[in-house]
Amino acid sequence: MDPAVVIPPQGLDDLIGILDAQGYEVLGVRETDGALELGPVTAAADLPRGRIEAAEAGSVRLVDGPRAAFFDHTLPMQGLKRVVYPAQERLYTTGPDLVAAEEPVEAPPRAILGVRPCDLAALDTLTAVFEGGPFVDTRFRQRREALLLIAVNCMRPAATCFCASMDSGPRAERGFDLAIDELIQAGRHVLVVTAGSARGQEILEQLPGEPAEEADLRAAREGSRACAEAQQRRLDEGVEGLLKRSYDHPHWAAVAERCLSCANCTLVCPTCFCGTVEDRSSLDGAEAERWRRWDSCFTLDFSYLHGGAVRGETASRYRQWITHKLAHWHDQFGRSGCVGCGRCIGWCPVGIDITAEAAALAASEGRSELSGEEI
Amino acid sequence: MTLIAADPATAAAPDTGMLPRPFEVRARRRELADCVTLEMAALDGRPLGFAPGQFTMLYVHGVGEIAISISGNPAEADTLVQTIRAVGAVSRALCELPEGQRLGVRGPLGKAWPVERALGKHLMVVAGGLGLAPTRPVIYWALANRDRLKSLDIVYGTRSPDQILYPQQLLGWSSAEGLRVGITVDRASEDWTGRVGVVTDLVPSMLRDPAETVAMVCGPEIMMRFAAQGLAAAGVPQDDIHLSLERNMKCGIGWCGHCQLGPHLICRDGPVFPYPAVRDLMTVWEL
Repeated sequence: MDPAVVIPPQGLDDLIGILDAQGYEVLGVRETDGALELGPVTAAADLPRGRIEAAEAGSVRLVDGPRAAFFDHTLPMQGLKRVVYPAQERLYTTGPDLVAAEEPVEAPPRAILGVRPCDLAALDTLTAVFEGGPFVDTRFRQRREALLLIAVNCMRPAATCFCASMDSGPRAERGFDLAIDELIQAGRHVLVVTAGSARGQEILEQLPGEPAEEADLRAAREGSRACAEAQQRRLDEGVEGLLKRSYDHPHWAAVAERCLSCANCTLVCPTCFCGTVEDRSSLDGAEAERWRRWDSCFTLDFSYLHGGAVRGETASRYRQWITHKLAHWHDQFGRSGCVGCGRCIGWCPVGIDITAEAAALAASEGRSELSGEEI
Repeated sequence: MTLIAADPATAAAPDTGMLPRPFEVRARRRELADCVTLEMAALDGRPLGFAPGQFTMLYVHGVGEIAISISGNPAEADTLVQTIRAVGAVSRALCELPEGQRLGVRGPLGKAWPVERALGKHLMVVAGGLGLAPTRPVIYWALANRDRLKSLDIVYGTRSPDQILYPQQLLGWSSAEGLRVGITVDRASEDWTGRVGVVTDLVPSMLRDPAETVAMVCGPEIMMRFAAQGLAAAGVPQDDIHLSLERNMKCGIGWCGHCQLGPHLICRDGPVFPYPAVRDLMTVWEL
């Protein structure tokens, strides 16, 4: 890989200018209505500079951070999912002749400024779902291939983060075009920019900077290491087996006492991919449109089979979600469905914590094994 | 004689994605009060070849799309034959489609019955209710490959005599040499002289040589559970018991997540599974 470049903070505006000149729509993290969202940015001033999330189970609030960093916040509410897999899209239109006219795919070149490593990993996970099987979702693929990904390595975790235990952060190792480490030390504020692709290298060469010194690269790696160590939550490796042994566990009923079955977790999850398809007909019935839209395993309708829903209880729906995410995903797609972004923890209205529920199952298993020994 | 490819990889190349192809209803036959068989032909000149056990997604204009098993003869690729029970909006609309009406078809999809495992062995088809429809392609295949099987037996159970699917065919098959057809109903009518009871009771008495038997089972989930348990208890190797499972499917191609049963996506990994792959999952509450 070609050497990294150090640019001053104003270099972000140069970067956005280069991307704009190359025809990219630039999306970045913006503060909107008290939350962080992925939206259009035209200048570095659009970024939530100095702001960080105070996140905990059931709450995400933006507050002023201790320093004027561009990237001390962590994640927008939603990851790249809605960029590559819209919440709803028309697939085709047809008349009674059933000759389907496929809807053209809107896939303009988009540059995403500030993708976190966990969201990069989530894009990889979605790619395995939509492109890794016997059928390839070409609509997803076209949107994904139109992305230019500018990663930002995390220097501070939110309290809900646990990417380190999922091996999906806080430092991006691959899958990006450019990666940024933001260093603020002893009054010096710089961005260390590394290329991860030929396209990224081409942009890097246009940036007004100097080759990075070894000390800066070391500081960047040290920042990632410190961020990993500062993470307060984790999921243990044994969780796949634990969940597969726990189908009939009484803990599901305990979670269901709290779970509203509202589907917030599946909406903010960057890998939850479940969808449904519905017809929208013209009033005279001559034309019908087929729309695909996001669905959630928390709805009663999701498992409907003639006669009724398979998963009638909230307990079985929560079990389905967490077991699919952390266990069955391995069988289906060769990896975990969780990247440790922690969004489901923060955005759950009642503060259900995926790491805490896994830990509670593990703890109760330990207890039952102990009681077994006593008998 | 043609041996039908049972490996989906060697069956007709599947269509891509979510776009249906236009088909036309060429004939329709009412099978039961709530049940119709459609014979359909492709309008784009590409007949839909399939392997026994595969399914299609059938789309009714302006109503919706559902997964339906293929019930026709795999050796007759020009006609797509599917039997549909009216239980919801789309299946009701399908059952009402008149001859000449168009509909959309995607497929064939899913894993087939592993019929090659039955070569040189006794083949037992166990069906409950409408479960005879997804197993009928196996019966067609087996009849065309009789000399390569030790035997073919059909065990069929349904609710009542007026709910017997394909009665004329069952009658015809039962008079074929060396082929036994056992039929049982849950509730008899006054004129019923046959057997009364659940299909799982009939299975053990019809097994010829359990260790040399391959069983293909389709019906309501509870019936399949007990049928598979009974077959295994009688000595049929568990790897030689195959079940065709059903869950709600929205895409049929592994993208929508609806048809999960534990680790399986039924559309992609099934719908036909060897019993050991689903045995423990079938007893889990609301999985």
